[in-house]
Amino acid sequence: MRHPWFIRAAQRMNSISFATQVLQFIVTGLTVGAIYAMVAIGFNIIYNVTEIINLAQGEFVMLGGLVMVFMHVSVGLPLVPAFLSTIFLVMLVGIVMDRLGIRTIRKPSVMTLIIATVAVSIIIKGVAMLLWGKSPYDLPAFSGRTPIQLGGVVVQPQYLWVIGFLIVVAVGLTYFFNRTILGKAMRACADNPSAARLVGIDVEKMVLLSFALSAAIGAVAGMTMTPIALMDYDRGAMLAIKGFGAAILGGLGSFPGAILGGLLIGLIESLGAGLLLSGYKDAYALIILLAVLFVRPSGILGNLQVTKFKRF
Amino acid sequence: MMGKKVAAVLLACLLVGGFAISPASAAYKIGALFSVTGGASFLGDPEKKTAEMVVEQINKAGGINGEKIELVVYDDEGDATKCNLFAKKLINQDKVVAVIGPSVSGLSLAVVPVFEKSRTPLISCAASYKIVLNEKSGKPYPWIFKTAQSDSHAVEAIYTQMQKMGISKIAILTVTDGFGASGRQELLRLADQYKIAIVGDEKYDPKDTDMTAQLTKIKGIAPQAIINWSVGPTQVTVMRNWRDLGMQKMVFFQSHGFANRKNIELAAGAAEGVYCPLGACNVAEVLPDDHPQKKVTMDYMQSYMAKYNEPLSSFGGYAWDALYLVADALKAVGPDKAKIRDYLENRKNFIGQHGVFNFSPDDHNGLSKDAFQMVIVKDGDWVLAE
Repeated sequence: MRHPWFIRAAQRMNSISFATQVLQFIVTGLTVGAIYAMVAIGFNIIYNVTEIINLAQGEFVMLGGLVMVFMHVSVGLPLVPAFLSTIFLVMLVGIVMDRLGIRTIRKPSVMTLIIATVAVSIIIKGVAMLLWGKSPYDLPAFSGRTPIQLGGVVVQPQYLWVIGFLIVVAVGLTYFFNRTILGKAMRACADNPSAARLVGIDVEKMVLLSFALSAAIGAVAGMTMTPIALMDYDRGAMLAIKGFGAAILGGLGSFPGAILGGLLIGLIESLGAGLLLSGYKDAYALIILLAVLFVRPSGILGNLQVTKFKRF
Repeated sequence: MMGKKVAAVLLACLLVGGFAISPASAAYKIGALFSVTGGASFLGDPEKKTAEMVVEQINKAGGINGEKIELVVYDDEGDATKCNLFAKKLINQDKVVAVIGPSVSGLSLAVVPVFEKSRTPLISCAASYKIVLNEKSGKPYPWIFKTAQSDSHAVEAIYTQMQKMGISKIAILTVTDGFGASGRQELLRLADQYKIAIVGDEKYDPKDTDMTAQLTKIKGIAPQAIINWSVGPTQVTVMRNWRDLGMQKMVFFQSHGFANRKNIELAAGAAEGVYCPLGACNVAEVLPDDHPQKKVTMDYMQSYMAKYNEPLSSFGGYAWDALYLVADALKAVGPDKAKIRDYLENRKNFIGQHGVFNFSPDDHNGLSKDAFQMVIVKDGDWVLAE
């Protein structure tokens, strides 16, 4: 049944225009993508120094969210101290993971170490389940929940926090790896551990640092996403998969690649869900990922020359 | 020669007899399969707690016909393989008279053949109507019952409410797991009967972080109402997105999976004005005093909250209904699997947490859409809808 023209016009007034819709998809996609990008950066830091794919990366994100809920909501610390203490605690988990789970393994090969990270992720998840139970937790948004209207496009203030923290992390890491002695030492370990050791770099300390750093970035991702999506103990694996996909898409080991990959996957999911069938949105991202790998096996910004030297 | 034969026969008799006698020595043993951990833990956890509480209550009151009951609970972790193994263990090793659970539709469907083959009554706590309907014969599986309302009951309750409100053009949002897929199927199937046009049909993943894209698309179509069909954190996120996008003109309906006060809390205000169909046990306090379920639901709510110090969710009620049905049958016919089955099949007017059950050979769920109360969220609490 077709309504008369004036009803249709009224309906159109009530609804939103196609351009606004697309803009809304992009805003949402960038936000979700920024979370994936932060997870992907975490993968890259550890991969660059140790060649391990740390499959517990998603667990750092989950812990970040839940510890923040504990600090901010249960203990009642103000936002900034809660934020900093959460980063500190999750970093500690990363350090303990390296000390107990990674370094103690005899005759380590890259593969056994990756399997060890799977074990660690299961342990972290189990402990989180015991501590927090199985129900999801909410965190108050950092600066209120009143959405910002930008000509029909709705932006939650928390979206800006997520994207803002991605920028902070990206700028901070660029500075750290290019301008500081410590960062350069970590890069040296990545390029050639034996040579790094010969010039007096403590490789084991650098590995430890890489775990601490990626745990911290995971925690930031978790804390910023919890006000949007809630957090429960079971969330880590999905985030790890999405973040890993982003890292591969951008080129494993490349930081600009991780950001590009994360944002791309977020955008594809959001636009795919909005414009095409929403049931297949994960498939769209994976199809693009496969297509890119057919053309460029090293990912968009990855360097094939470099990956040939890697053991994994 | 003769003596040897007699001895062999005697030995055989002894062995067979011995095996036959051993299970009868135990108290009344009831099995339970719940997804206490894993993705469906929000179902299994309250179910296990409820079942343990009910057993304690029954035993404290002197048991059934003087016999204590013993509950054997296994956690299937939401894994079909484990669920299957535990089902066989309950039947063959623990020799239970009946089993309650599993918590999830998929797992219930997976173990139906095990119980049919071993001729053991199973009372599932999951929603899908397929659990109790053999689609080939169009009749219920003889040994399988369930206490959770079917998705179709929830859909009918929602559509009836929509008709009352004059809503005819809707969009649906479903999660891509068993619960969402089954709900979506029923929503599409029953829409014509209630003269409702589904103009938007969107989906999302159970672990998604944001549903703004799907809702923005729906906003473009401008339906009168939105029905969301999911459980877990996503059903809260989707509601917040709905509020943030300023879509309050489109009435928001949640499925019966919304049945936990914690969800209202988590929504941080976004749940105001949201409709959902709920079992009586969720709204015990607001039921009128002459409601048939008022007493059992109030009792359950008070004892559960006193024991576990957490708000009641509707899922524990499924286990309450299942366990009390078994206890009721045991009281009437004793620990005989076939008699329990026959008794359950003809049980009428059983007042439970989720409705008044009237089982029959054609209906092993025993409920209708009246098992749901339509409620609306007002000032952070449920209120019965007009």
